[in-house]
Amino acid sequence: MSTQAHAADHDHDHKPGFVKRWLFSTNHKDIGTLYLIFAMVGGIIGGFLSMGIRAELAEPGMQIFSNPHMFNVFTTAHGLIMVFFMIMPSLFGGFGNWFVPLMIGAPDMAFPRLNNISFWLLPPALGLLVMSLFVEGPSGMNGAGIGWTAYPPHSTSGHPGPAVDFAILSLHLAGASSILSSINFITTIFNMRAPGMTLHKMPLFAWSILVTAFLLLLSLPVLAGAITMLLTDRNFGTTFFDPAGGGDPVLYQHLFWFFGHPEVYVIILPGFGLVSHIISTFSKKPVFGYLPMAYAMVAIGAVGFVVWAHHMYTAGLSLDTQAYFLAATMVIAVPTGIKIFSWIATMWGGSLSFPTPMLFAIGFIFLFTVGGVTGVVLANPGIDRAFHDTVYVVAHFHYTMSIGALFTLFAGWYYWFPKMTGFMYNEALGKLHFWMIFIGVNVTFFPQHFSGMAGMPRRHADYPDALAGWNMVSTIGAWITSAAMAVFFFAMVLAFMRKQKAGDNPWGVGATTLEWTVSSPPPFHTFEKLPKVK
Amino acid sequence: MRNRLRGGQQSSVVFKGIGSILATALFSVLLAGVAHAQGGQPVPWQIGFQEPVTSIARQIDSFHDFLMIVITVISLFVMGLLAYIIWKFNEKANPVPSKTTHNTKIEVIWTIVPILILLVICIPSFRLLFAQYTFPKADLVIKTTGNQWYWSYEYPDHGGMSFDQLMLRDDDDKPIDGPNGEPKVLAVDNFVVVPVNKNVELLVTASDVIHNWTIPAFGVKLDAIPGRVNRAWFNADKIGTYYGQCSELCGKDHAYMPIGVKVVSEADYATWLAKAKKEFASNEPVRKKAGDTKLAATAKENINR
Repeated sequence: MSTQAHAADHDHDHKPGFVKRWLFSTNHKDIGTLYLIFAMVGGIIGGFLSMGIRAELAEPGMQIFSNPHMFNVFTTAHGLIMVFFMIMPSLFGGFGNWFVPLMIGAPDMAFPRLNNISFWLLPPALGLLVMSLFVEGPSGMNGAGIGWTAYPPHSTSGHPGPAVDFAILSLHLAGASSILSSINFITTIFNMRAPGMTLHKMPLFAWSILVTAFLLLLSLPVLAGAITMLLTDRNFGTTFFDPAGGGDPVLYQHLFWFFGHPEVYVIILPGFGLVSHIISTFSKKPVFGYLPMAYAMVAIGAVGFVVWAHHMYTAGLSLDTQAYFLAATMVIAVPTGIKIFSWIATMWGGSLSFPTPMLFAIGFIFLFTVGGVTGVVLANPGIDRAFHDTVYVVAHFHYTMSIGALFTLFAGWYYWFPKMTGFMYNEALGKLHFWMIFIGVNVTFFPQHFSGMAGMPRRHADYPDALAGWNMVSTIGAWITSAAMAVFFFAMVLAFMRKQKAGDNPWGVGATTLEWTVSSPPPFHTFEKLPKVK
Repeated sequence: MRNRLRGGQQSSVVFKGIGSILATALFSVLLAGVAHAQGGQPVPWQIGFQEPVTSIARQIDSFHDFLMIVITVISLFVMGLLAYIIWKFNEKANPVPSKTTHNTKIEVIWTIVPILILLVICIPSFRLLFAQYTFPKADLVIKTTGNQWYWSYEYPDHGGMSFDQLMLRDDDDKPIDGPNGEPKVLAVDNFVVVPVNKNVELLVTASDVIHNWTIPAFGVKLDAIPGRVNRAWFNADKIGTYYGQCSELCGKDHAYMPIGVKVVSEADYATWLAKAKKEFASNEPVRKKAGDTKLAATAKENINR
């Protein structure tokens, strides 16, 4: 943080002191920086948790946990932290804040103080979630081992202690934070675009944030309702999800997934936008099929709201319900295919260079294709009878919305790092980071397709000896990934130490969006005089 | 044995060369396990489904084989395009980029073709789904209840005979192998026994939290939800022992509540039934191990809350 402040000292505009600048910040770039730093903290915690999971699963039998409940606590916290405190704060909060105003030529976000509270709700939210690890969950055991889905009755009668209450309140705060920032983004994008920048000229990253903001705005209140009902079921004697009082546990699943499915697009859509810019930049070619690309994201967002029950094929839904959700889910593959092919067409005929951000973008296309096609497999309720809740599903969603999103995050990070800091990172280390993490995540997750097909259920702390082989391979992959992350952090420290000047536009003629027209790092206040877009 | 061969076949689809090399390399490992080849459970380095023993599971299996071909072709196509682009359109090979940003014909193609592929996938998918929900006349009804962390079974056709099924553990609560070579974590004390080639209707519910009853080889997987009774059916056509594991997160010992089903001949079934009726005569589930009372107490506590 201090390095950041120091770096920004080079420009001469008026800046407030440390407390005023960072705690009471109303500047979109500073808030974006706070989000990114926060996401790093979340990512480190979530990463350690995932190593705990893989260490436990390295061999059959209990390895590092004496109580399997602690394993459930780890998977739960890993999921929640990575979703709410790593991916969302970085791609949506971090890059969104930093670059939406810059890309649309706005001086700042529409509601700067709202922006401040959006960020500052997150640290207490993370704090509550971390605290939940250390208070009682089930009788005599600490932490909430409920999975990120928190299905009742396991999250109600199964966890009499306050750990689940802490987790629920944490999600309430994180949800409020996201709703507020969504309102801010929607208002900013609709009202503060530079003169001449119509919606149909707006950069795709801004489009992706706009769609994401709508998804959050419409889905998060449903989650908030569902977890509030959990809270009252737990503490105030209501029975929304308790059959003994006329409630139904499956109602919770519908509510949760009505949020949960749009949420996976919340995670990946900003990455879609970002990758479009990166591929265009390093192909030295404009994005192919700009309008279909934008409306494909809108379509994915819209259809994403009507496919939720494909997460519940084994819950005993009626035949007709399953038939509908099968058909609706298949539809998603069409706009997704349009995006993949348009990225390829953007590169087609281009003059491609392959610095780190481009490697991550192409790596993302690979991962997303592999994860996407297994998604088509899982969309079929008939076959989901074999795959539901196996580690095949774990492989599928890590390929798409977890590691896929992480790759877009790294692509964006390396792409915009010179812009945000003014420094150039070490290209060789960046490439080393890419290749190590690319190999690492594939070695981790590809074998999980096999274990899943063999019948290994997810969220199991132990497994039959027969599954030892692929699980060991998976754990080795996780260690490779950890080593890759060490390379990443080393590369970042080195970049801040070397302070190699990046220049306003290090990427050349392909980088055409407005953020490349301002200095690196940008002045504290940008676009005090609005740019004109032709 | 068949599942091992199947694994080899699928690998060649997934990985082409790599898979078959891997399969060959592992062949000796797999052969070493033949002595315990019973099907109905995972085997080391498995890359395909367990051997299917019901018509539904076989349909799942062949539908999956078809999907594997489709998705492998799509993935290889995309990767081929990426490789071609990297080779053909890199800076050195193509210093001057084109400015093409639209091509209506190709955009229509890449919208229509995926739709057609999805339609083709939907046909067998709907057929499979409808087959799963076409309940034949039941020859035998079994009710199972998921508890933290064991399964209870009732045979309502046979005087309400009921029993519990727990994972085998040693005195330290660690999973152990069964007396007849049943693998640890999967080995259970009381197997569910069903006659071969009979339609078994399964009623699934739970007493405390949500569990999930599954036998991969049967192609059956169904949530056990308190306050609901879900219904599934199977007709296993091969004698053997089959295992599944709880597939919905249910707490501490989620990994330690396996499901074991023995499919036996009609005669063996009759013998078992006569014996079981005596052993499990009471309506109260019988708990055989001292440690289980503790488990049951916890479960009760949770229900009463």
